[in-house]
Amino acid sequence: MTTPLSRRQLVAAGTASVLVAPGLARAAGAATLLNVSYDPTREFYKDFNGLFAADWKRRTGQDLRINQSHDGSGKQARAVVDGLEADVVTLALAYDIDAIAQRGLIAPNWQSRLPNNSSPYTSTVAFLVRKGNPKKIRDWSDLARPGVQVITPNPKTSGGADWSFLAAYGWARRRNGGDDAKAQAYVRALYKNVPVLDTGSRGATTTFVQRGLGDVLLGWENEALLSIDEVGPGKLEVVRPGLSILAEPPVAVVDKIADRHGTRKIAEAYLRFLYTDQAQDLAAKRHYRPRNPAIAARYAGKFPTVNLMTIRDFGGWQAAHARFFADGGVFDKIYQPG
Amino acid sequence: MTDAVLSIAAPRATWREHSPLPGFGLTMGVTLAYVGLIILLPIAALIARPWEHGIGGFFAAVFQPRTLAALRLSFVAAATAALANAGFGLLIAWVLTRYDFPLRRLVDAMVDLPFALPTAVAGIALATLYSANGWIGGLIEPLGIKIAYNPTGVFVALLAVGLPFVVRSVQPVLQDLDAAYEEAAETLGATAPQVFFRVTLPALAPAVITGFALAFARGVGEYGSVIFIAGNMPGVSEIAPLVIVSKLEQYDYSGAAAVGVAMLVLALLVLFAVNAAQLAFARRGMA
Repeated sequence: MTTPLSRRQLVAAGTASVLVAPGLARAAGAATLLNVSYDPTREFYKDFNGLFAADWKRRTGQDLRINQSHDGSGKQARAVVDGLEADVVTLALAYDIDAIAQRGLIAPNWQSRLPNNSSPYTSTVAFLVRKGNPKKIRDWSDLARPGVQVITPNPKTSGGADWSFLAAYGWARRRNGGDDAKAQAYVRALYKNVPVLDTGSRGATTTFVQRGLGDVLLGWENEALLSIDEVGPGKLEVVRPGLSILAEPPVAVVDKIADRHGTRKIAEAYLRFLYTDQAQDLAAKRHYRPRNPAIAARYAGKFPTVNLMTIRDFGGWQAAHARFFADGGVFDKIYQPG
Repeated sequence: MTDAVLSIAAPRATWREHSPLPGFGLTMGVTLAYVGLIILLPIAALIARPWEHGIGGFFAAVFQPRTLAALRLSFVAAATAALANAGFGLLIAWVLTRYDFPLRRLVDAMVDLPFALPTAVAGIALATLYSANGWIGGLIEPLGIKIAYNPTGVFVALLAVGLPFVVRSVQPVLQDLDAAYEEAAETLGATAPQVFFRVTLPALAPAVITGFALAFARGVGEYGSVIFIAGNMPGVSEIAPLVIVSKLEQYDYSGAAAVGVAMLVLALLVLFAVNAAQLAFARRGMA
C-alpha cells in the first residue's frame, strides 16, 4: 500500500535529479544507484545504504545517493523487465532474477558470480503463533489438524509463500518416504485450513497480527521476528518446525542497465559489501540469518539451528515453479473439486 | 451514456451541413486524437497481446474453471451491487435534492468520499469492520452471517465503491425536473404512487440507468478495495482482476491479456444492453 507512493516518489526524485542534477552531479562527481528489492528488506537496506555510502565515500571520495524501491518480488522483477532502471536487484527468489535474465538484462550465469549462490543472507520458514501457543502448534502436522486456522499468502502471487509451500510439501514427502500423493494430500489438508489467501507476505502478516485472524502465520522467519519487534514482547511467539527450507533471497547487478548508467563498479562493490562483517551483523539485527559463520555464531540464540532442505531438493526454481505453481500445477489442484 | 438524452435535446451538426458553430474541424481532430491515444491505443495493445499461443491458447486461458469462476463472481457481484446502488442511490439523491435538513451539504459531500479515497484504504477499512473481530463482523458472525473473506465481501466492497456514480448521475436530473409536472399530475387526481411511477420515475430512468452502468463498469474492474475483504480463495472468492494479477506474477502476459480481453468483451455486451434499455426509455419519454 505504501509502495505505489514510494515508487512515485522515486520517479519524482529521479525526474528531479535528471532535471537538476546533471550539472551538480558532474561537479561533485556524485553517483546514483537504484536498488530494486522486495517488501521485507525495507528496514535492512535503509540502514545498509547508509553504511555503504559512507564506506564508498571514504574509499573513493565520491558522494553516492542510493534509492530503494520495495514491493512484491515478482512485481518488482516485472517492473525491471518493463523498464524500471534498476542498477541492482535484491529479490526474494532466484526465479524472479532468472525472469529478468531471460529477457537479456542480466547475464545467465548471474547466480555464480557472488559467493553462496549470490545470497548474502538467508532466512527460513517458521510459524508465528499467539502467546502461550494455545493451539499447541509444534510442527507441520499440526497445521493440517482440523480446527486450526492457518494464515499464509497465495504462492501464485507471493515469493515468500512459495518457500512456505515447498517447505510444507518437502516435509510431508520426506515423512511419507517420498510419496508424492501423500504429500499432495497433506498440502491439500493444510490449505483447507487457510481462510484468507492474501496476495503478499505483508498482507498476511497484517491479517494475522492486526486483524487477529487465525491461529498461526506461516511464512518468513524474518517477517515473524519483525512482527514480534513491532507488537512488543509477550504477545506472539515464533515456533520452528523440525524441518524447514533454506530460503535464499538472491542479489544481482542488472548488467545492461548498470553498463548504460556507467555504475557497474559501484553496483558490484555494493553487492560485495553485503558480505562484509559490518553488513552481515546488520542483516542479523534485521532478522536475516547471516552467511558468515563467525557472525552467525554471535546470533545463535536468535536463530536456532533448524534442519533445512534447499531449493535443489526440488530440482531448482524452474522445475519447482513449473511443477507446483504454474497454472494447472500442484497448488491449483488443491482448489479443484474432487 | 447521456448521449441518448442529449440527442433529443440538441440537433447535431454533421460534417455535410455547414454548422453555425465554428471550429468543427479542429475540435473533431482533437477529439479523435484524444480518444485514440487515451482509449483506443491501450485497448488495441491489449487485444494484440493474447495470441502468442494462438486461438487455442486464448481459450485455454479463459476457459479454465478458475478463470470462469472468477469472471462469474466479478460480473455477478458488480451487477447486483450496481442494482442495489441504483435503488439506494436514487433514494439518496431524492432526499438530498427534495428535502432540506441540517448538515445536508455535509451528507452531500460525503457521497463523493469513495471517489476520493484510495480504494485500498476503503478495502482495509471494510475488512476491519466486517472481519470476525471487527465492530460489525463481531456482531453478525455469531448469527452465522459471514461478510468478510467470502463472496459477500466482494458485494459489500462494490456497494461502497459504486454508490457515488448513481447519486451523481441522478442528482442533476432530479434538480432540473420541474415540479410543475408533478403538481399538474396531482391536480388531475393522481395518487402519490401514481405521480412517482408515471411521472417522476420515467424522467429519471435514463439517469438511473447511466448510474447503474457506471457503477457496474467500475465494479467489474475494481481491484484495490476488493482484495482486502474478499478472502481470495481460488474458485470461490477470487475476482477476475486478481486472476489477471496472478497470471502476471507468473510472467504469463498473454494469459493475463486473454482474461483482460474476455472481461472487455463481456463488459461491452452488458453496456450495450444497458444503452439499448436507455434508448428505449428515452424514446418512450419522447412519445
